[in-house]
Amino acid sequence: MPGRRHAIRGAGLLVSVALTVLGLLLVTFLIGRVVPIDPVISVVGDRVSADTYARVRQELGLDLPLWQQFLRYVGDVLQGDFGTSVLTSRPVLEDILRVFPATLELATAALVVGVLLGIPAGVMAAVHRGRWPDHLIRVIGLIGHSIPIFWLGLMALLVFYARLDWAPGPGRVDVFYEGLVDPVTGIITVDALLAGETDVFWSALHHLVLPAGILGLYSVAYIARMTRSFMLDQLRQEYITTARVKGMSEARVIWRHALGNIAVPLTTVVALSYASLLEGSVLTETVFAWPGLGLYITNSLLSADMNAVLGGTLVVGAVFIGLNLLSDLLYRLLDPRAR
Amino acid sequence: MTHAVDNGLRAWLTAETPQSRGQARLGRVYLGWLAFSRNRLAMIGLSIVLLLVLMAALAPLIAPYDPYRQDLSQRLLPPSAAHWLGTDAFGRDILSRILHGSRLTLMIVALVAVTAPVAGLLIGTVAGYLGGWVDAVLMRVTDIFLAFPKLILALAFVSALGPGIENAIIAIAITSWPPYARIARAETITIRKSDFISAARLQGASTPRIILGHVVPLCSSSLIVRVTLDMAGIILTAAGLGFLGLGAQPPAPEWGAMIATGRQYVLEQWWVATMPGIAIFVVSLGFNLLGDGLRDVLDPKGQ
Repeated sequence: MPGRRHAIRGAGLLVSVALTVLGLLLVTFLIGRVVPIDPVISVVGDRVSADTYARVRQELGLDLPLWQQFLRYVGDVLQGDFGTSVLTSRPVLEDILRVFPATLELATAALVVGVLLGIPAGVMAAVHRGRWPDHLIRVIGLIGHSIPIFWLGLMALLVFYARLDWAPGPGRVDVFYEGLVDPVTGIITVDALLAGETDVFWSALHHLVLPAGILGLYSVAYIARMTRSFMLDQLRQEYITTARVKGMSEARVIWRHALGNIAVPLTTVVALSYASLLEGSVLTETVFAWPGLGLYITNSLLSADMNAVLGGTLVVGAVFIGLNLLSDLLYRLLDPRAR
Repeated sequence: MTHAVDNGLRAWLTAETPQSRGQARLGRVYLGWLAFSRNRLAMIGLSIVLLLVLMAALAPLIAPYDPYRQDLSQRLLPPSAAHWLGTDAFGRDILSRILHGSRLTLMIVALVAVTAPVAGLLIGTVAGYLGGWVDAVLMRVTDIFLAFPKLILALAFVSALGPGIENAIIAIAITSWPPYARIARAETITIRKSDFISAARLQGASTPRIILGHVVPLCSSSLIVRVTLDMAGIILTAAGLGFLGLGAQPPAPEWGAMIATGRQYVLEQWWVATMPGIAIFVVSLGFNLLGDGLRDVLDPKGQ
């Protein structure tokens, strides 16, 4: 019996995800349709005969009713055909696969920063509730929520690169290391280690510190706030009192018992903040000339390269949905009560 | 003398048996204000926001220079007595541009604040009150919009509509309504089955009348808190769009666009990009502090 209930729930989840993906496609399709740029002209140029124009228009399927065009669009996308980029004249999917690892590297490094700073900060705030560590962490969170990330990035470059010379400038590695390592995963730090090029690895890591630190600050505030509220719930429980009465050390009570019990909800928080880091990477990549998906989308935007913009939007949306699904599944898998 | 009047007014406001509905409402507002004004951070936030409004209203009077007038002999001057915040690459006074830019910021915030929450409120209350397939369809649409990261969706919309401050506002409004719809729906579901709603229905009130007259007002306070807390995010998104060259276009003194133009000088003439950034930071901090304070007063369970 429980197996069948599982299957029904799983099917419901799948249908819901499929509907959301379809809606995502509908939104990007409609955005593509309202663009004032004529897709025929962008293919053949504006000096063609009416005959050629009509033929290309037919080839592109623009004479079909809107719903048929949408079905064609969905079919194309599901086969991995996102159209061709006007800017690079390569298939959009190929472009995206090439730039995505850079974003993945940046967002993952930022998430590491967020987790390493955010969780201890949240725990400290909860343990010292209402005293100065709590207030300090709250104020830092507020400031983090109010600073424009692109400005903070510029200021960081100004101070740590130009003035103090502690950090390298924009880009993923020092110029003379560029192209030295063959892309295997596309993540330079990993590729360098695979190739045994430690110099390149250190250079790449060096370049990662500033952008990942700035981007990570955003998730620190969110992770710390959620950790604090989960911890406060736990510290009120009777098993904590019991543990203390038994004479267990305070550190063990907090870091093992209480933190252990909030591991499950924290996992979902971390998954969700990973998704928001992808979004934050758009502006961060622009400031640090980081050749990832965000920079690709904004560059395409500025040259009105719609296939590339919509393809990039679609990929980010799909990753977003995927991470939401993942956090949902993790929760069900890890928390026995949700099973 | 004023003390006596003060006492009379306070007594009237805090009367335990108010004589009229108006008196009761004013009394509630007064008590809320007392709670709010005890919160020092919230008062700082309120002052910042009021200062922004004042700046926007008086910009032409208090700005020392014309924000658009170029003077190439005065370009990239550091902060001094003549130009408190320095000048930019065209010799324009940065302080004057920031003062005038407050009008754009306020306009963006105000336009988004009167469109997105209203749309969300209507969609959420209708979905929550009617239920059934209307609810299912509307909430599915809401979920789809929530599935996109906000900034990316706004970028896609701006790319379709073309860069410009109006289109940036439209894009931000389109991407901001879903959370309001969620909140309004949740509140509506809790009050849908109340006796006073049944009473209104039995008296023959139409569905639009019940939704607009009875449900919407009850959802408003939690929505106001949420809107205030979201203002900072809206300012940051608008500035981000401006920074990417997709929001307000030069020579408009929009703060994000000003940072973008100062970007190429940031290593030498730091003030060009730094000053507008401080303005964005202070204003969003103000809205965040104000929102936090309002939440504590209007929605104690949120803490």
